[in-house]
Amino acid sequence: MNAAPEHLVVAPVLLPLATAALLLLLEGRRTAKALINLGSATLGLLLAIALLRHVDAAGAAAFAVYLPGNWPVPFGIVLVADRLSALMALLAGSVGLAGLLFALARWQHAGVYFHALFQLQLAGLYGAFLTGDLFNLFVFFEVLLAASYALLLHGGGIERVRAGLHYIAINLLASLLFLIGVALLYGVTGTLNMADMALKLRHIAPGDLGLLHAGAAILAIAFLAKAALWPLNFWLPPAYGAASTPAAAVFAILTKVGVYALLRLWTLCFPPEAGASAGFGAPVLVWGGVATLAFGAVGMFASQRLARVAGYSVIASSGTLIAAIGFDAPALSAAALVYLASSTLAGCALFLLVELLERARQVEVGPTDTDDGRDELPAFFDAEPAPGINLDDEEQALTGRAIPAALVFLGVAFTVCAMVVAGLPPLAGFVAKLAMLQALVALGRPAAWVLFTLLIGSGLLAAVALMRVGMRHFWTPQERPAPRLRVVETLPIAALLLASVAIVVQAQAVLDYAREAADALHHSARYIDAVRAQQPVHRAGTP
Amino acid sequence: MEAVIAIAIGVMTGAGVWLVLRPRSFQVLIGLSLLSYAVNLFIFSVGSLAVAAEPIVRDGVPGDLAHYTDPLPQALVLTAIVIGFATTALFLVVLLALRGLSGNDHVDGREGGP
Repeated sequence: MNAAPEHLVVAPVLLPLATAALLLLLEGRRTAKALINLGSATLGLLLAIALLRHVDAAGAAAFAVYLPGNWPVPFGIVLVADRLSALMALLAGSVGLAGLLFALARWQHAGVYFHALFQLQLAGLYGAFLTGDLFNLFVFFEVLLAASYALLLHGGGIERVRAGLHYIAINLLASLLFLIGVALLYGVTGTLNMADMALKLRHIAPGDLGLLHAGAAILAIAFLAKAALWPLNFWLPPAYGAASTPAAAVFAILTKVGVYALLRLWTLCFPPEAGASAGFGAPVLVWGGVATLAFGAVGMFASQRLARVAGYSVIASSGTLIAAIGFDAPALSAAALVYLASSTLAGCALFLLVELLERARQVEVGPTDTDDGRDELPAFFDAEPAPGINLDDEEQALTGRAIPAALVFLGVAFTVCAMVVAGLPPLAGFVAKLAMLQALVALGRPAAWVLFTLLIGSGLLAAVALMRVGMRHFWTPQERPAPRLRVVETLPIAALLLASVAIVVQAQAVLDYAREAADALHHSARYIDAVRAQQPVHRAGTP
Repeated sequence: MEAVIAIAIGVMTGAGVWLVLRPRSFQVLIGLSLLSYAVNLFIFSVGSLAVAAEPIVRDGVPGDLAHYTDPLPQALVLTAIVIGFATTALFLVVLLALRGLSGNDHVDGREGGP
């Protein structure tokens, strides 16, 4: 057997871990650290792409199972890559690389261990998406959370520390609930392997059902708190708004980790064929998701600062996904996966744009805001034209001025980003929303019509909110020097938005991929069989 | 023994939840620590509570939970203790930073509030 695909599943986890260790050893060599981090993040993204292609090429049996300890399946930890995991890993890699490129401009200098923490964050993300073991999932959750605590504090200042304290307290509590849930499920089933657990859950004694459901519900609360389900999401807007820009950009995928864990475990453990516990908790997911979507949309509408709007847009996309998962319909799940990809990319780009737009505004209001003590309004007319300005025939200042290129870039990027987030045609958000609306019409249940209405309504509210912010940033100022942008700052935004455009251009391929991923999710027997069929490797010289 | 363990877990959880809901950041820290002790004890007890039983298989003894104690929860507890210790220590650092920056020990960094 060729060694490359065999170890491909574990490579995205090992690479950032090893890089983080290496980066800790390099004291003070900033350029070397930045280059190593950049190289490793790029390589990680390439590995994720290779994993996706490998999984996608394998047809219906698209599972790459890896036994890190070479123990037989229910006993050792297992890593599993299927279409969903590969897609999530690809998103994590893209978002990570984008955040890192942006950080290279200035944010990397704000803390000594930025690069190492960044790689640990990526290791946690890749690991959480690829593991097939419940306790291992907890460990990777903690790795990515511990890194996110530190990245949230990156840059310092009282706002970050205050938001960080709340964020850490909430996540520690959620982690404790996670542990209680895992312990209860282990007590009921006697296994931690997700595939093995799903199989054993179907033959559970009726007397244990209460304990099983309590455990599953407690575990779900831990995931839902991380996925920002209302009313467990009040920590999110202040924390994401206070985080430094590259950290906030990477955080765009953190809520999706909760959504992923929920989708994976729920479809695996409570499918329709699970007997007494089939579809356990589905109404909570649907109505909780609907409430979250409504909360996020109203929050976007009520926010003034762009960072807050972006935070609430993350909540709204989380709510959409959770509600869509709760319907347990393959067509809707497939559309939701496309929405997940487009909303993650656009959310990341939006968080990156926040800083550039704020910087543009600060350039404008900063120096002229000083009070000279005379307390008079600035003259609007009859004033001397500024020296050096072009005058027309009647000695009046020419009003038409060339728009600086940086402003053009910001305007176009913001417009594209807003269109994707709000789901306006013709961009990726629209394709995903259209597919979801079609699936909801086909379902035809009352709850489906509620979500249908809310999807359209929330899109409208998001469009209005973003348009208002855009008008304030681009149209209100009269005179402004062009904001100074660096190429490394604009590059990730352009790349993320191009990826959104690529989703539209390749819409059929993306939808097909998502459909097959959702199909595999809703036929959980395939996952279970693939994991259980994996045998340890016997090499010459070992017993 | 089950009753003692259950009461211990219950008391620690109750005290922990009450402390976590208090407004002083140090109380929250102690509350989180108590909760994590309770959770660790809980994980330990899901395997099977046994006195003087060991988790290592010996020759001639049937390999079931009547004769052994379950080794897996013990391994899980070890991992959970290490992770909980590290994250609590991190929380302590952030707590001290907020205390230094804001000048008081309220979790919101300012007294009073809504």
